[in-house]
Amino acid sequence: MREMIVGELMQAMHDIAHGFAHFLPRFIVMVIVAVAGWLIAYVVKVLLRSILRLVRFDKLSENAGASQLLSKAALPSATEMVSRFGFWVTWLGFILLGVSVLGIFGLQEQVARFFFFLPRLVVAMFILFFGLLAASFFSRATLLAAVNANVPSPRLLSLSVRSIIIVFVLSIFFEELGIAEQTMLLAFGIAFGALMLGLAIAFGMGGRGLAQSFLERRMIRGKKLENNDDDLSPL
Amino acid sequence: MNLAEESFLTDDFLRQLINVGEVDILVGLPTRNNAKTIGSIVSTIQSGLLRGFPRERAVIINVDAGSRDGTPELVTGISIDDMRPGSNLNALRTLHSITTDCDQNAEHGIAFRTILAAAELLRAKACVLMSPESANVKPEWLAAFLVPIYRDGFDLVTPTYCRQKFDGLLMTNLLYPMTRAVYGAKLREPYATEFGFSGRLATQFLAQNRWEDGAGAELRLTLAAIAGKYRICQSYLGEKIHRERSAADLVPVLRETVGALFSALEPDFAVWSAVSGSDAVSTNEAEHEECQGSLRVNRKRLREMFTNGVNELESVFQSILVPNTLAELQRIARLGEEDFEYPAELWVKTVYEFAASYRKSVINRDHIIQAMAPLFRGRAFTFITENRNASGTDLETNLENLCLEFERLKPYLQQMWSV
Repeated sequence: MREMIVGELMQAMHDIAHGFAHFLPRFIVMVIVAVAGWLIAYVVKVLLRSILRLVRFDKLSENAGASQLLSKAALPSATEMVSRFGFWVTWLGFILLGVSVLGIFGLQEQVARFFFFLPRLVVAMFILFFGLLAASFFSRATLLAAVNANVPSPRLLSLSVRSIIIVFVLSIFFEELGIAEQTMLLAFGIAFGALMLGLAIAFGMGGRGLAQSFLERRMIRGKKLENNDDDLSPL
Repeated sequence: MNLAEESFLTDDFLRQLINVGEVDILVGLPTRNNAKTIGSIVSTIQSGLLRGFPRERAVIINVDAGSRDGTPELVTGISIDDMRPGSNLNALRTLHSITTDCDQNAEHGIAFRTILAAAELLRAKACVLMSPESANVKPEWLAAFLVPIYRDGFDLVTPTYCRQKFDGLLMTNLLYPMTRAVYGAKLREPYATEFGFSGRLATQFLAQNRWEDGAGAELRLTLAAIAGKYRICQSYLGEKIHRERSAADLVPVLRETVGALFSALEPDFAVWSAVSGSDAVSTNEAEHEECQGSLRVNRKRLREMFTNGVNELESVFQSILVPNTLAELQRIARLGEEDFEYPAELWVKTVYEFAASYRKSVINRDHIIQAMAPLFRGRAFTFITENRNASGTDLETNLENLCLEFERLKPYLQQMWSV
């Protein structure tokens, strides 16, 4: 009996030692991959930062309105954010690669999922950034056109254009990430519909005169309207 | 001729040019729905050529941007024989009139580029660009533009006009003083709708290939001539009469003129940064003649649009102007009509900051130009108020002072430029 217990204990000790001997090299490989990954990620971060500074990404981000959002949230500059994002994605990728070397059941599936998700994340970030850029561009264009045409409430018009584009961009962003697709679709439909209805009511109620003069200009040719010009002769 | 030029000239137009052969004088006439006026303008051009250059080989080139009122047919349909009865005009050479189309949606300046390319192909010695919008074209204008080039060896002849008070406020408050301060040439009309140029200048300008920015090619040619140290003079044409005036055209006008001026500053930096002061440009006849009458301008609307613009466009101005300038503009915008004043120094600083921001593309360049419209209205208000009771001489003195202010603050532009 005693011998049997000792034998079992020895077997268990042997199994543990065998398991440890089997695990240790893999763990060392994982650590090496993680450390190498950290170095590579650091290089990626430095490279990204230099490239983004070279192409004046902060200026672009400022134009897109992203910088204002970041500073309100007490976050670093857009260049710093993107280079840090690059660093973490690269390092996380290497860590997960290292973890998959351990051969732990279930983890490999998660690692595969992560690598499958990565391109979608990058595309979604791309959509978000250029969407904000477009929102900023078109809202500014609307503001300038409205001010120069002496249209009432130019900032409201500009804000409406910005909101419509941002709502649209966010819905595409979440759809790309695959987060609550149905909810986002529904939320987008409701928000967009409400915005359009609000604008229609605002134009109808508040801008009756404007609508009337617009329609008169379109429908009744030759009708003389109030002179809105400053009669300036620039050249 | 290079491949790029070949690609935008149609085969039919090239055939017409080959039929014409080499010429001494070329008259360019860009048109678009000008049927009402084109007949008299073409007749005047023909008359001017017959009077001043009966022995020279001449061609009228009409580049039409998709007219729907038969303008090109009118240009080619007017025979030189129509004006002979009752006059002693005789041409010793054939006067050709040819026409070509350019895409109406194509960028502005394609018509001018076509005319320049034709001038190069036909080896024209002297060229003149005429505007179908001018209300009082006279046959003498042809000689005024062509004689200095054809006989005296000048490369560019720009017009000077007798203007009504407050006519051409953008010219007097920005284009003339800034061109003068930056490039050092006292050219009264740096942007003209009619002017003369040599074939040599046309060829050189085409080779520079400054077409990528679109609008304002006429101004770019003038600036290229100044920067390239070509021989320039001015010809007095008399009173400037506009056929139509519309305040709604301010932004397109700013794009064509101020946009072209700002974009030319970058490639010409080496030239203008070495210039200080300004030199007179030789002018035939009176440089300035006092004109009767004053244009009526809705001052109330000008101030209202300035105030509204400064208030609404704060976020845009924050990207373009330095904080002190913006704060000063906001202070002015709060003033009542009686106290309102947009001083020359602030106006010059504003313009130079806009030019520097344009160079750095702090925001979309077209947006920078659009943002200038309300500020220009504010400056126009002050200029009109200051000169309401001024005589022609006083107006000239005030304009000279504004030009000197632009010259005095030129180091500020250089400072902003290099920041």
